[in-house]
Amino acid sequence: MYETIYHRPSSVDEAVALFGKGSDSKYLAGGHTLIPVMKQRLAAPSDVIDLGKIKELIGIEASGDTLTIKAATTYFDIMQSADVKKSIPAIAYLTSVLGDPAVRYRGTIGGSIANNDPAADFPAALVSLGATVKTNKRSITADDFFKGLFTTALEDGEIITQVSFPVPAKAGYEKMRHPASRFALTGVFVTKTKAGDVRVAATGASQNGVMRVPVIETALKANWSAAALDSVKVSDSGMLADIHGSAAYRANLVKVMAQRAVTAAG
Amino acid sequence: MGVEGIGASVVRKEDRRFITGKGRYVDDIKIVGLTHAHFIRSPHAHAKVKSIDTSAAKDMPGVVGILTGQQIVDDKVGNLICGWAITSKDGTGMKMGAWPAMAPEIVRFVGQAVAVVIAETKNQAKDAAEAVVVNYEEFPAAADIRAAIKQGAPQLHPEAPGNVIYDWTIGDEAATEAAFKAAANVVSLDITNNRLVPNAMEPRAAIGEYNEAEEHFTLYTTSQNPHVARLVLSAFYNIAPEHKLRVVAPDVGGGFGSKIFIYPEEMVALWASKKVGRPVKWTGDRTEAFLTDAHGRDHLTNAELALDANNKITGLRVKTYANLGAYMSLFSSSVPTYLYATLLSGQYNIPNIFAEVISVYTNTTPVDAYRGAGRPEASFVVERLLETAARQLKVDPAELRRKNFITQFPHQTPVIMAYDIGDFGASLDSAMKAIDYAGFPARKAKAKSEGKLRGIGLSCYIEACGIAPSKAVGSLGAGVGLWESAEVRVNPVGTIEILTGSHSHGQGHETTFCQLVAERLGVPISQVQIVHGDTDKVQFGMGTYGSRSAAVGLTAILKAMEKVEAKAKKIAAHALEASESDIVIENGEFKVTGTDKSIALPIVALAAYTAHNLPDGMEPGLKEGAFYDPTNFTFPAGAYICELEVDAATGKTSFINFVAADDFGRLINPMIVEGQVHGGLAQGIGQALLEGAAYDSSGQLLTASFMDYAMPRADDLPSFKLNHTTTLCPGNPLGVKGCGEAGAIGASAAVINAITDAIGNNKLEMPATPDRVWHAIHG
Ligand SMILES: Cc1cc2nc3c(=O)[nH]c(=O)nc-3n(C[C@H](O)[C@H](O)[C@H](O)COP(=O)(O)OP(=O)(O)OC[C@H]3O[C@@H](n4cnc5c(N)ncnc54)[C@H](O)[C@@H]3O)c2cc1C
Repeated sequence: MYETIYHRPSSVDEAVALFGKGSDSKYLAGGHTLIPVMKQRLAAPSDVIDLGKIKELIGIEASGDTLTIKAATTYFDIMQSADVKKSIPAIAYLTSVLGDPAVRYRGTIGGSIANNDPAADFPAALVSLGATVKTNKRSITADDFFKGLFTTALEDGEIITQVSFPVPAKAGYEKMRHPASRFALTGVFVTKTKAGDVRVAATGASQNGVMRVPVIETALKANWSAAALDSVKVSDSGMLADIHGSAAYRANLVKVMAQRAVTAAG
Repeated sequence: MGVEGIGASVVRKEDRRFITGKGRYVDDIKIVGLTHAHFIRSPHAHAKVKSIDTSAAKDMPGVVGILTGQQIVDDKVGNLICGWAITSKDGTGMKMGAWPAMAPEIVRFVGQAVAVVIAETKNQAKDAAEAVVVNYEEFPAAADIRAAIKQGAPQLHPEAPGNVIYDWTIGDEAATEAAFKAAANVVSLDITNNRLVPNAMEPRAAIGEYNEAEEHFTLYTTSQNPHVARLVLSAFYNIAPEHKLRVVAPDVGGGFGSKIFIYPEEMVALWASKKVGRPVKWTGDRTEAFLTDAHGRDHLTNAELALDANNKITGLRVKTYANLGAYMSLFSSSVPTYLYATLLSGQYNIPNIFAEVISVYTNTTPVDAYRGAGRPEASFVVERLLETAARQLKVDPAELRRKNFITQFPHQTPVIMAYDIGDFGASLDSAMKAIDYAGFPARKAKAKSEGKLRGIGLSCYIEACGIAPSKAVGSLGAGVGLWESAEVRVNPVGTIEILTGSHSHGQGHETTFCQLVAERLGVPISQVQIVHGDTDKVQFGMGTYGSRSAAVGLTAILKAMEKVEAKAKKIAAHALEASESDIVIENGEFKVTGTDKSIALPIVALAAYTAHNLPDGMEPGLKEGAFYDPTNFTFPAGAYICELEVDAATGKTSFINFVAADDFGRLINPMIVEGQVHGGLAQGIGQALLEGAAYDSSGQLLTASFMDYAMPRADDLPSFKLNHTTTLCPGNPLGVKGCGEAGAIGASAAVINAITDAIGNNKLEMPATPDRVWHAIHG
């Protein structure tokens, strides 16, 4: 690791100000992505600004039709939250299969979506549920927020403050774990909104990161059941292919995980 | 004898320091004036080093020295050796290319060191390394066996035309050919034995320390065999003469074979300590471990089995290509030959066997012994063939095995080994009972009705352990003898130190070796200390690998114990005015049988050291040494059965049950044996389902971290059901056979046999990832 200056601000405004002062600042949340790349000398921020202790960035609120999770809330706290379990249990389940206990105790929803790893779990939930990402500057819909591999709509120095999820009628997540990393080899989040719309998002599958799956959405809109997908064929074009899964295998997983997610959603 | 003797599941003495973080590993050692080394490694699989420019780096903060491959050559540091000479079928010797500790000119695998930066801190060494400019001219690479042996393949070493190191055979080719001609049925199988990365928990590390006034070197290193390291460093690498070199292997966090070898980094740390006049430490990180620890396995094999009309095996023919990587590591040549092909008879009476092994160079990390070393590969070939034969002949796989089991001992196989004892039927019976083999068809049918694919797979393995009779291995090309030595010191106050040439890096010797003393003398193990891992303390030793430490190392201790006991009895008899033949040892006392006269061990020990009243002519002291050379290998064997289900939609495998029935001879500490089997099974199952080193065609290691290389985790594994059947090894007085590698040897075939049974399709390579299993089912 290269030398860096560590800061621990106590408010978002202070964090933003500190960010502007450093020549090459980076925000730090759970550190489970940032610290490993710093240790490998692949990142060399001049200043590391820890968001993890900012009170206004931690917490979960459920109010009527919206579940709001603040950016620096850990996966563990999300997994344990009674509000989450009650309003969108699929999110509690998603966090329970995310990484391992060490990752869940440190990693945060804000860090996960800011990083936008193509195999991360949370992007699928945000896109499928039609969530809104709130930053210190603006609100961004999930569809507009994720911009391909490791890329988001965030501007330099912009801080995610919270994510708001509309509470759906039904939602489910299923994931085939990557045998080594335990990220999603492919994970699919299915949502039936209270308005009757169906949104399905897959992670770990596409070369462009999290994606909607229209063929599955159409089939489920007509018939919300696992069986409705039996005859659906997901194209393998544009799918990731590596030693852990061919494009055809991942295309298959999109369908199979979607079926299981629908079953889980009930 | 007693609660801590042989056969007692005594809690491991060493665990207190390990689980409280008080172990002392190489990286924990601090020496005044210590400097830190960071290696500059080739990013290319095959290239010429055109220049190394250190001008910007050498004056950077903290830099103590920058040393290059050319300097190591100029200093006449010897090239790395291979300790086992293999002769090709045409009578020529193996074609070995030079391997300098740092490459002066050509690099042949990604991660090969070309220079080292030594600085006050590790970070300073890394900073300076980034400022060293190495200019490479890239060459085409041969990243796997097929690429290395094809026409026009890139040549690695001028000494080895066509990248072939040797083309070696064993067995009677003509007789085997005749058996195949006469066969009623022939079964043929192509097998890939996947390349594995050992991944010991502790990465390799070394500290070299040179004392100028004494002209004396010390090397602290992560070694399974410090004396062998000293021998090789002094005899071949010209870094230090043997009497001026101390090698210390303190606590070592796992080896699995990968820490047998003396690697370039250890050599450089020692050599550099004299060059820079300061102690030099190198601790590898996980990436370096992936790139530079010797890998394991990596075979391509075609195997054929001939059977007569009664399903008796009449012949076995095997052709294997073995990938030895870019250079020949210390025992690399022996692994796919004498440690592999000599086990191809398995547990079966096979009258004719012929095997050909062609070892090749590729632009990959060197390959050498890894838990099981050759024997897992042999067992996998034989057990996959037997299972395939049973399916082809439509007979029960257990029955086909039973029909062909060796039942008379000793048994001479056509491939050198003389099995001394075993009861293969008993192991198979035990495993079949434990898994309710008879009930499997009903379970499979029920699973099918629920849409699940259920399969069962057997694996009846045998291994040759207790490595090894020196004369025998010498006649086969080994450069060393494989005996072991021990010294038993009874201190004046009666406590006991056992100095052993075995080395414990997870095996629990500090407990099991004490149990032998407890058994014989009836003293508590707390009074016994095991001393190992330091060439200044221990007389000599060949170290720990090949499941040899009980069969060979402990027997050496037993031999020394017998000498100590004989002398102590003389002293006791003298003191008690009794006849020596009437003295028995019980609960730490020397007793005159049939009387109440006795004398405690500490009194005998004190008498030996005060020497006030010893029998006439007796030397003072109570300390004896022994060297023990085994007369044969030992042959642990057993039966593993795996039952699992495959999710056809995802290709994911879930274990239902995994049973093991091992015959290790006498068990010294059943709890430790169980732990060894668990670990071995985890690695065998890891090979079958998860682990596999993958290179791209340019020779880049795609699996160079745990994010890509799947190590088995606890939840990947079933809860094992272990059983033991016992035939005592007649070759050593303790009747022990060795248990360290069995799990890794036997498990993978059981798993693959079970998956292929479940999916009804034999075309499946390891690791059987969900992706591969899904493709095997769906095309
Ligand atoms: C062993 C292991 C297994 C894992 N398994 C999984 C898995 O199964 N599924 C999965 O989804 N992920 C997995 N991860 C990744 C994990 O979820 C990370 O924690 C996550 O990607 C980043 O979150 P973090 O809070 O740790 O962020 P950090 O590492 O601290 O930061 C990541 C990036 O986000 C930026 N950032 C953080 N917070 C904010 C914010 N509020 N506003 C703007 N930018 C911000 C940082 O500047 C940095 O660039 C795994 C990680 C590890 C080490």
